[in-house]
Amino acid sequence: MTTPYVTDFATIANNGGRAEPAWLRATRRDGIERFEKLGFPTPRNEDWHFTSVARIAESTFSPLRAASGQVTHDALAPFTFGHAEWPSLVFVNGRYDRSLSNGVALDPTVRALDLATALRDEPGLIEPWLGKISPAGDRSFTALNAAFMADGAVVHIAAESVVRLPLHLLFVSTASAAKGAAHPRNLIVAGKNSRATIIESYVSIGDAGYFTNAVTEVAIEAGATLAHYKIQRESQRAFHVHTIDTKQARDSHYVSFAFATGAELSRTNIYTLLDGEGCGATLNGLYMGDDQQHMDHQTNIVHAQPNTFSRELYKGILSGSAHGVFNGKVYVYPIAQKTDGKQTNNNLLLSERARIDTKPQLEIFADDVRCTHGATVGRLDEMALFYMKSRGVPEDSARRLLTYAFAADALETIEVEAVREELEGATLHRFTGASAQI
Amino acid sequence: MLEITDLQARAGNREILRGITLTVEPGEVHAIMGPNGSGKSTLAQVLAGNPAYEVTGGSAIYDGKDLLAMPPEERAQAGVFLAFQYPVEIPGVSNAYFLRTAFNAIRQSRGEDEVDPIEFLDYMEKKLELVDMDVEMLSRSVNMGFSGGEKKRNEILQMAVLEPRLALLDETDSGLDIDALRIVANGVNALKRPDNSTIVVTHYQRLLNYIVPDYVHVLAHGRIVKSGDKGLALELEAKGYDWLVEPQGAVA
Repeated sequence: MTTPYVTDFATIANNGGRAEPAWLRATRRDGIERFEKLGFPTPRNEDWHFTSVARIAESTFSPLRAASGQVTHDALAPFTFGHAEWPSLVFVNGRYDRSLSNGVALDPTVRALDLATALRDEPGLIEPWLGKISPAGDRSFTALNAAFMADGAVVHIAAESVVRLPLHLLFVSTASAAKGAAHPRNLIVAGKNSRATIIESYVSIGDAGYFTNAVTEVAIEAGATLAHYKIQRESQRAFHVHTIDTKQARDSHYVSFAFATGAELSRTNIYTLLDGEGCGATLNGLYMGDDQQHMDHQTNIVHAQPNTFSRELYKGILSGSAHGVFNGKVYVYPIAQKTDGKQTNNNLLLSERARIDTKPQLEIFADDVRCTHGATVGRLDEMALFYMKSRGVPEDSARRLLTYAFAADALETIEVEAVREELEGATLHRFTGASAQI
Repeated sequence: MLEITDLQARAGNREILRGITLTVEPGEVHAIMGPNGSGKSTLAQVLAGNPAYEVTGGSAIYDGKDLLAMPPEERAQAGVFLAFQYPVEIPGVSNAYFLRTAFNAIRQSRGEDEVDPIEFLDYMEKKLELVDMDVEMLSRSVNMGFSGGEKKRNEILQMAVLEPRLALLDETDSGLDIDALRIVANGVNALKRPDNSTIVVTHYQRLLNYIVPDYVHVLAHGRIVKSGDKGLALELEAKGYDWLVEPQGAVA
């Protein structure tokens, strides 16, 4: 149902809205109008064929207000990869929390601030990109985000800079987020020839049912390399929709990893436009669903220029009655000769009721290209299990180790050691709760 | 140490073992020979607990315990080791981690403390020498990209690390050139102690030049059709199996 959102929008606008620039008010109005017209996507929409968002559409989620003061530094410890000192922007229930953030310690070559402040004080940091990399178009959730975006991270990495520490954008939802919606909007601009790593986490303290509808816009300028780790560990009762749109210039490299263990229903869209010669994207990911969880990952790589490359490795591990969806689209424009693309999606089903729908989709309009794709669905190798047990390894350890091993080659691509180790540990523990050291 | 009585087993609907009776005492080396499809590999697999085979009759008593009632990991913890004919590749698990996990699982089952990675590496040094393996092999995924000879040496390395009391070598000689065969055999011989026993399953007499058996048994159609000393192996080498094996319905 779109009506409650339209009503909420009108209420906010009638309260004087926010003292916002005209371009932003126009973007918001365009967003709500498109959303009202489009409604929530249904399974008749090809991009939503395997994912029903009826549970989101039939609930009413009100825009969340600030909820500071209830989260302590200690409560964030499980989410900071053992590096509480890393530069960070922390958001609680969708709103920036200055006291929890380490923004001040930032490298001088990085500007990182919250969207609300940037809108008020430095709209020039936003206007050239916001809503332009992620136009609402015919995408309902992006339109909804445009209408309600209130906060998020704005990150500018200076040209020619090499940023040593990862920057962590941490979105925390608390128990008081119940029945609320946050619409974070993030903007990341990686300047020419820069190198940086950004971690974008969605986590929860407590077990509330809430709705995160995030949009992240990424501009990677010529020669820059940006590593972007998206880590989704929302409450098991939450709904999570996140679209990352990336636009890449010549010789740039976007290195993405999407990790998901949370939410009742999640949908992650990672779209990248290879818009300069010699640029490329590496999109890897791991999703691990259990119980009734539904996890949908959609990637869309557009090779719009010659000599561009893409590498994609997504792994899925599904147990209980979990349902995974992977849809990997690769478009190659007629001028994009010498495109080099490889896509792989491997899935491991640990139970009879677990299910995966995987759909590679290549649309190639150039003739001199090399594009491959492969998708597999399998179960644990019984011979490997017996082999391990015949060496004295107990059944549950053997299963855990083989499950971990299935995901290992994807996890190994994470270059930040602390993040890699934490996610390796999370993978080992996901389906057994037991501990082991790799 | 091991007393097998009238052991019968099948895979799916195929009867493979049709009543094996065999006693192995501590310190003994027994060779199980026979043509393809005679059931000799199945015997090794059944003793190790491969769930692909169903035991339909008979018994196997190991150190006074009902071996066939134990899950594979408990058999291993009790000192049974199977060197696989086709060692399994496990992508994503390093050889070192796999070996240490197995080593510690067996120690834990005996109430002993686990060893940490550093201690374990020290322990491994001598074991690697035994099978002429480079320490670099430890950091690779289990059996991934290993040559046939490397896989077999890796089996013997595992055996050296786990120090079993009853080793089952399932066609460990298959696919080995003479140098690799010598390395593998030397490894097995170096691990021999008066209180442990070895069952060598092989098609050819060649391996038995290096691992000298106390007894040789010939399997055909799932039964032992002849037993003797090491001289029997030489006789088989000269005469083949036909004189012992009557044609019958096909057995895999």
